[in-house]
Amino acid sequence: MKGWGPLAVGIALLCLLHADLWWWNDLRLVAGVPASLLYHLAYCAVAAVAMGALVRRRWPRG
Amino acid sequence: MTVTLIVLGLYLSLLLGVALGSHRLFRGTGEDWFLATRTIGPLLLLGSLFGTHMTAFSLLGASGEAYHRGVGVFALMASSSAVVVPLVFFLLGPRVWRLGRRNGYVTQVDLVRDRWGSSALGTALFVALVLLLVPYLLIGVKGGGITLREITGGAAPEWLGSALLCLIVLVYVWAGGARGTAWANALQTVVFTLLGGLAFWVVVGKAGGLGAALDRVAAERPDLLVPGAAIRPLELASYMLVPLSVATFPHLFLHWLTARDERTFRLPIVAYPVGVAAVWLPSVMLGVLGAVQVPGLEGPASSSVLVRMIRDHAGDALSGLLAAGVFAAVMSSLDSQSLALSSLFTRGVVRHYAGPEPGPRREVLLGRLFAAGVLGVALLLSLVVDRSIFRMGIWSFSGFTALAPLIFAAVWWRRATRAGAWCCLVTAMAAWLAFLLRSWDEPGYTVGGGGLMPVAVMLALSAAALVVGSLLSRPPAAERLARFFPAEEETP
Repeated sequence: MKGWGPLAVGIALLCLLHADLWWWNDLRLVAGVPASLLYHLAYCAVAAVAMGALVRRRWPRG
Repeated sequence: MTVTLIVLGLYLSLLLGVALGSHRLFRGTGEDWFLATRTIGPLLLLGSLFGTHMTAFSLLGASGEAYHRGVGVFALMASSSAVVVPLVFFLLGPRVWRLGRRNGYVTQVDLVRDRWGSSALGTALFVALVLLLVPYLLIGVKGGGITLREITGGAAPEWLGSALLCLIVLVYVWAGGARGTAWANALQTVVFTLLGGLAFWVVVGKAGGLGAALDRVAAERPDLLVPGAAIRPLELASYMLVPLSVATFPHLFLHWLTARDERTFRLPIVAYPVGVAAVWLPSVMLGVLGAVQVPGLEGPASSSVLVRMIRDHAGDALSGLLAAGVFAAVMSSLDSQSLALSSLFTRGVVRHYAGPEPGPRREVLLGRLFAAGVLGVALLLSLVVDRSIFRMGIWSFSGFTALAPLIFAAVWWRRATRAGAWCCLVTAMAAWLAFLLRSWDEPGYTVGGGGLMPVAVMLALSAAALVVGSLLSRPPAAERLARFFPAEEETP
């Protein structure tokens, strides 16, 4: 499990950021899309980057 | 309507051709039929995993739920899946693949039986998995029926679409096995992802563009543009647990084992979040737009909103093509589920109790007949069950999530014991049944009415039962553990 610390913190943070309660009742459209929906689309993109980092840094050698 | 059906028929013929074409590569062994002799590469694995996971739930269920609850549905299931699903693939996929290759596993039943040295535990898990798969199969079977009914304007009854879907899936799974299923899923994944986007583009175009369409929603149903109007914070948080169900889906487990090697998992893990967003965004948005364009759909009837929008806005040929996209999403799951049922029965029951005597051909035949039988049961149930696709999906997934600690413990926790595994399995299923009966007539049920989804309680109970049961019993024998946790092995 060595070296898991920062990645585990990053994953936990990513899970926490899923709850975007700060604009849970915000009716604004940002770039033509409801603010919360745009946030969650960006969240998916960030998740892909995070998975890339996970695979690159924690994949078993050999 | 004739043109629509011709286009749909052409697509189904193409699909059968691809799947049956893969039969030429069939090597005549059980391992080839169930696991394609572990030869599937990264792109095909991505296609088969993604196609298997995205089902009628992601198209008809998502749009139907968004019809009532708005854009927040994307956060409930899509963005939560974007993190949790690839993480589960990362933590379990390569380990399970390695153990499967080393010890010859085909199903979770093989793994659990061997890990804890208990035949009865494996059989109990088999029963639990089949029980949980039935509502999941229902989603697909009903989805096919709804699609054909709506696309023909009600001329074709729902049961006909459901039966047609089951028949086509059985034919190509029967002939192609795991390889045929993987090929068909890869094709269908491309089809439903592209056509989902196309459906969104066509509908939004007819509504005068995205801005005009959303302006109308803001004027008539502003509640659908803010998640907070229909979704409580605790509900959002507990939905994050639902995608853990992929740890226990027998059809995904089977596809993990078809991988060529461990590195094959890397592409699916990284690409998954983007794929989930690409499929769910059009579905959720079409559901929201449908609430103002096709108002008045009550309860489960909203599952048909996506197909109604397609029928109302696209021409005949395009309607057929877009309906083929919905069929593709449905069939790409039903086929893997049928294959998984077949392998669970063949390996988990026939091979285990009857030994190798029946022979590989008879084994495969029995597995196929079992899958056909369970699909038949799902078809019959689809005639009487009238719950929404989204709700049925959540119930099925919640049960699988409750069993996730069992699979994680099998490959990650040395101290997990047979007693702990039994406690986990029994608790998970008892909690699932209790909550199912409690909420059957109350679609929006949450624990204590505060927004907490039953899945959170089920998971907490089953995980606690696993830990307590394990710590109160004797640790597993060192020689058994050595087969699962070799000292020199480096894993994620």
